[in-house]
Amino acid sequence: MKDEAVTREDRVASLKGMGCSRKRVEDARFTQGKGNYVDDIKLDGMLFGDFVRSPYAHAKITNIDTSAAMEVPGVLAVLTAADLAPLGLHWMPTLAGDKQMVLADGKVLFQGQEVAFVVAEDRYAAADGIEAVEVEYEELPVIVDPFEALQSDVVLRPDTVGEDGSPADGAHGPRKHHNHIFTWECGDKDPTEQVISNAEVVAEESMYYHRTHPCPLETCGCVASMDKVNGKLTLWGTFQAPHAIRTVVSLISGIEEHNIRVISPDIGGGFGNKVGAYPGYVCSVVASIVTGKPVKWIEDRMDNLMTTAFARDYWMKGRISATKDGKITGLHCHVTADHGGFDACADPTKFPAGFMNICTGSYDIPTAFLEVDGVYTNKAPGGVSYRCSFRVTEAVYFIERMIEVLAIELDMDASELRKINFIKKEQFPYKAALGWEYDSGDYHTAWDKAMKAVDYDGLRAEQKQRIEDFKAGKTRKLLGIGLTHFTEIVGAGPVKNCDILGLGMFDSCEIRIHPTGSAIARLGTISQGQGHATTFAQILASEIGLPADSITIEEGDTDTAPYGLGTYGSRSTPVAGAATAMAGRKIRAKAQMIAAYLLEVHDDDVEFDVDRFVVKGAPEKFKTMKEIAFAAYNQAIPGVEPGLEAVSYYDPPNMTYPFGAYVCVMEIDVDTGVTDIRQFYALDDCGTRINPMIIEGQIHGGLTEALAVALGQEIAYDDMGNVKTGTLMDFFLPTAWEVPNYETDHTVTPSPHHPIGAKGVGESPHVGGVPCFSNAVHDAFRAFGLRQTNMPHDHWRIWRTANELGLHD
Amino acid sequence: MTQKNQYKLNVNGQTVEVTAESRELLIYTLREKLNITGPHIGCETSHCGACTVTIDGKSVKSCTMFVAQAEGKEITTIEGLGGPDALHPLQEAFKEHHGLQCGYCTPGMITRATKLLEEIPNPTEEEIRFGMAGNICRCTGYQNIVKSIKAAAAEINAAKEAAQ
Repeated sequence: MKDEAVTREDRVASLKGMGCSRKRVEDARFTQGKGNYVDDIKLDGMLFGDFVRSPYAHAKITNIDTSAAMEVPGVLAVLTAADLAPLGLHWMPTLAGDKQMVLADGKVLFQGQEVAFVVAEDRYAAADGIEAVEVEYEELPVIVDPFEALQSDVVLRPDTVGEDGSPADGAHGPRKHHNHIFTWECGDKDPTEQVISNAEVVAEESMYYHRTHPCPLETCGCVASMDKVNGKLTLWGTFQAPHAIRTVVSLISGIEEHNIRVISPDIGGGFGNKVGAYPGYVCSVVASIVTGKPVKWIEDRMDNLMTTAFARDYWMKGRISATKDGKITGLHCHVTADHGGFDACADPTKFPAGFMNICTGSYDIPTAFLEVDGVYTNKAPGGVSYRCSFRVTEAVYFIERMIEVLAIELDMDASELRKINFIKKEQFPYKAALGWEYDSGDYHTAWDKAMKAVDYDGLRAEQKQRIEDFKAGKTRKLLGIGLTHFTEIVGAGPVKNCDILGLGMFDSCEIRIHPTGSAIARLGTISQGQGHATTFAQILASEIGLPADSITIEEGDTDTAPYGLGTYGSRSTPVAGAATAMAGRKIRAKAQMIAAYLLEVHDDDVEFDVDRFVVKGAPEKFKTMKEIAFAAYNQAIPGVEPGLEAVSYYDPPNMTYPFGAYVCVMEIDVDTGVTDIRQFYALDDCGTRINPMIIEGQIHGGLTEALAVALGQEIAYDDMGNVKTGTLMDFFLPTAWEVPNYETDHTVTPSPHHPIGAKGVGESPHVGGVPCFSNAVHDAFRAFGLRQTNMPHDHWRIWRTANELGLHD
Repeated sequence: MTQKNQYKLNVNGQTVEVTAESRELLIYTLREKLNITGPHIGCETSHCGACTVTIDGKSVKSCTMFVAQAEGKEITTIEGLGGPDALHPLQEAFKEHHGLQCGYCTPGMITRATKLLEEIPNPTEEEIRFGMAGNICRCTGYQNIVKSIKAAAAEINAAKEAAQ
């Protein structure tokens, strides 16, 4: 056979399966400007909708007059809450068990809130219509501080209090105050108090993880098209979870789910911004039903930053106890969480503070307690996971800062303190004090590799010299060495404890092998730049022995893709990737039967080898997967149905726990506050590596988003509730000029419960990067007495820190 | 505001006439009237560069320029740089070196890079980073964009040398 000259290695390489840096199949269209994003969609007669938004953060609405707007040329309709109320659509459920106004119902709770929806022939006419809508507001007292909210007599959400003014129970139990949303407790309260009060050493610190925003380059948007002839609604949009959106639309609109088709086309970055359901989606659907025409809604950048999906805004207070020689004995964490006007956090139902209870981090901490209080304020709703799995960024920032503070308290090296307390390799699977069971890890190996790679001891010696030089007046620059060892928790998640709106967080893959040996696979996830069409084909190539180049991956169309919970929280590889492997194995199982029939041996007498089944002990007798595929469609095989297809719905038995060791070396100019990243070393362990090129790209991007958050990016409000950072003029997105080159490295500790051992990687660099950059800033000033200064560490704040420490004297 | 005027533009080598209000922005004309959807809208304040096109030899952010200002001018978008039969070296290099992820910034990024390489045919890393600072990418962290542009520069220079 001509095949004989081809080595086994050649056959493996030709598949472009797992472990190779396969070039991306998505890139041909993107590099030629032929992507198909939602704003590229054009339909006959399509209208454009846009919002009248509140200029006030808290106000009563006494009147809305739309009559002048209706006279504006090109304006076809103006929707207000009064129009939506008869349909029951003036409010909608949030993912967090609260409800949110679709259009202002008598009052507004944050600046930029949606008040009316103007539908017009094009964007310009819609803008003219918005100008002509007259809204009368009566200003109410504004609360932008969650601690003040918990003391205030002002009731932000009258719909959540009883007739006597007492707070009604919320989705997560009793509420302490009318502006309080929930209390979530985790761990052992009394034992933790006891351990801490009897400890030899206790470090205590408060820190604010500021409000920021995922800010993908493409904003949120949709096109709704109600076909009244067939009774079918098609909704294209920037949805990170298209199936969940379909179910939500069905539940709130009453349109049967089979009559709704949701399509996520190409998405221009998500980072958590595109998980939730927004008023624009509801209004577009209603407007399409009202006008009988397709209606498009696209946010502009200010709408995006001011109204959809903030992240973080956690006030965290910690106490960590240890023995004199640095063994940690207990951890206590309290969070006051500012959720804005509505609780629209995107978390699994049973986790109102997400996976904040991963806050014991990479350390063997025997006793811990976490308490989170959610609070309403006059700020935008959201609370999404910005490039992280459900509040994991907050948790990792907390523990990695607490470790540094404890190191100061103990007068110990921060690397040494980490090494003393890492969970040891032999302790896995490790049951953490706050409930999670870490699947696998080898932290000491990763850490030692990182310390060696950066010459940690050399860096400390240089830093010591630098401090002496600074004190001697020889330099005005300090050197910060930022350390972080993070452990993530991703891949939500097991249906037994993870659901969103009652939908279990499994995921899915369906494969069809075509007669000529190529295939299409569809998944319940949706790529937003992660390169799923490239990497999922690689998983399949390795599993079923057909070349990745012969496998089309399709996602995002709910009429064709199997049900899944979408892409966020680094769940695609851990969950849908597992479903892909499992579906592939079903294909292989059937292929084995076909091969045995064709080779005239028993099923057990053939085995899989790269791209074929061979007769055991006689490798010259084989059938390639391509031959088997054809046979599946042209042979009558006794006891075997024709065709070669499989579907798998994968309910993961556990989360996956990627980890990594990061080091940031930073120069800080004490007189200007300007920072310069001299070196950034990132070692990631995401288990089995599917495509190293894509992994590295994810790490570069996640680190850059971490740099942004740590060093300048924030959604800031003034006391009146005005958003101070509503455009890219004020909201920091790093350019190529501000960003360093990163050194990437890895270890591989496969997940023992995942079919291919992969853990997910997209969010690790963000989760680990933020504390690493922040720790570098803190470390630079440690010798001068700094314990904690809040992010973002922009030049002004760093200058102020230096000033407060007396370094300008 | 209904007064409309005729404007004649040259887009990717074709002369086109459009009818537009004087307030109409060029990005809107390109995307909505001429179906040129490669350039994207990311900020509408000239910060992100997703809408970058080339006008009479200069990189321009088409979200903050009126179509009226483009009257009689030569405009090149990503669609005019190369197609399936012959990609521009920058398009090839971005594919080869993983210079993109979600693809939203890519048309503007590549269009800007074509001008950068005309301005500085053999740029240093620092020159690339400075020259590309008007284009924001949220996915890649720029490291592979820099790599792609360097590789494309080498490719273009080698082709030029071979032609001489």
